[in-house]
Amino acid sequence: MKIVVCVKRVPTTDVQAKIAADGAALDTSGFQYMLSFYDELAVEQAILTKEQLGGEVVVVTVGPGDATKELRECLAKGADSAVLIKDDAWMDRDARSTAKVLADKVRELGADLVFTGRVATDRDNAAVGAMLGTLLDWATVTDVSELELTESGGTAKRESESGVETLTFSLPAVVTCDKGLNEPRYAGLKGIMAAKKKPVEEVDAPAAENHVQVQSLALPAERQEGRIVGEGAAAVPALIEALQNEAQVL
Amino acid sequence: MAKIVVHVEHSAGRARQASLEALGAAKATGAEVVAVVADPGAAEVASALGAAGADAVVHFQGAEAFSPDAAARQLAQTVQDHGANALLAAASAQGRELIPRAAALLDSASIADCIRFEAAGDGYEAVRPVLAGKALATVRSSSPVFCGTLRPNVFPPCTDAAAGAVETKPSIADPKVVVTEIAAKQAGRLDVKEAPVVVSGGRGMKGPEHFHLLEELAAAFGDAAVGASRAVVDAGWRPHAEQVGQTGKTVAPQLYIAVGISGAIQHLAGMRTSRVIVAINKDADAPIFKLADYGIVGDAFEVVPALTEAVKTARAGK
Repeated sequence: MKIVVCVKRVPTTDVQAKIAADGAALDTSGFQYMLSFYDELAVEQAILTKEQLGGEVVVVTVGPGDATKELRECLAKGADSAVLIKDDAWMDRDARSTAKVLADKVRELGADLVFTGRVATDRDNAAVGAMLGTLLDWATVTDVSELELTESGGTAKRESESGVETLTFSLPAVVTCDKGLNEPRYAGLKGIMAAKKKPVEEVDAPAAENHVQVQSLALPAERQEGRIVGEGAAAVPALIEALQNEAQVL
Repeated sequence: MAKIVVHVEHSAGRARQASLEALGAAKATGAEVVAVVADPGAAEVASALGAAGADAVVHFQGAEAFSPDAAARQLAQTVQDHGANALLAAASAQGRELIPRAAALLDSASIADCIRFEAAGDGYEAVRPVLAGKALATVRSSSPVFCGTLRPNVFPPCTDAAAGAVETKPSIADPKVVVTEIAAKQAGRLDVKEAPVVVSGGRGMKGPEHFHLLEELAAAFGDAAVGASRAVVDAGWRPHAEQVGQTGKTVAPQLYIAVGISGAIQHLAGMRTSRVIVAINKDADAPIFKLADYGIVGDAFEVVPALTEAVKTARAGK
């Protein structure tokens, strides 16, 4: 089975947002980057699937030249090869445009199964996986927290507002991975050494035809400074009074 | 006149509140609103949507199990049939899957988790969070159809009834994915994204065995959910679905009560747009107090039970 994992390099989750001079982009100076948290789950699930059903794992990203760092991390954990679809304007590429590039690559690679994270923790759109599956006209299951796979299909569970849903699907399929699905492994020294010899293909991304136009970017309004109403249980009546009469939420 | 198609999610014969809010947001732009509901179990829901502001309702009938790919195709088809220029849904698990899928079918962008949505020029403008709310982007779409999901608890539902005539169509057959079972949440349990009141616990709760205190406080409020910080979810004290923050859920309830949560930047990003924030923490210097409207410095095990009793009394007196 040929398994593709689509991953994204994102700013670390501890960054403070700063707005660039044009007022429409993030000022990324001083940012550190990492593999998006949910994509780590996708990489792990791909390796687990290879261990269970056999086959190979190809990691694909649309990102800057530096994203080879994140790709090598995936190779060190057990992926077989990687593709960097190079795009210096990766941060501005919208989900539709990213999904199109990935769909073309997945077709070219002849994959049977794609894993990706539920959402990338920078843009929070959670759109690429669902769009990719739709463009490929494959079965697509999102936000998966439990998965059983065979050669021909699978059963997935996911949490929704209604409860825990069980979904059945056939292959080929796109699966987006949520917390609870697995515990990502750490790369060992042996894996890190082996990763250096694994192939990383670099291709240039076609120019993005973005449909999303960011008019402006702003920091959220500062909240009005609150107050400590008191200490310990003795402060509860003052809190109730404030919630009822001042905030009117009780 | 502009037309907006709205996907209406439902369970147990009732439309979800967040879907009614999406209808309200669509209606508030002055557009004609076409609501879409899909079987199984949508007949009763369809007939009630006129009262929630739907000018027309399309009921896809006959499916015995819900299918996300069929539902997405039904939405795209309805957009095309009606010549609509926008497609909206609640930013729920279902909405956040169906809208990008339908958008891909319509060769349009998909814009998630909008906290503002309004008509602008020939199209629409929305505000949505990036980096889990550390920044807010004002966006437009040059796509033929503006496809977006709207954050629950932000938009008011529509109070004026509209015609809401129901047209039925057959469900699209032979889906690729079907939902074969839904293990429903315990009665009265709300998701943290939907609940008007969220009571969240962090490390200060000292162990999973103490979260019943937060369950009881939530129960005292009625419509409330229990949330959690990443630390306690990673420690296995609470389920993933309850995690609030950058690698969990972004919430905007009327009232957010943070108990024993010091306030890491990733957590603060996920709850800072709550209308009123209360923090209860032993450490008077905890960052959460900078964001909170009201704080109590003290031991959760002492303050929370007292607060639960006081909330019960206050609500009984109404």
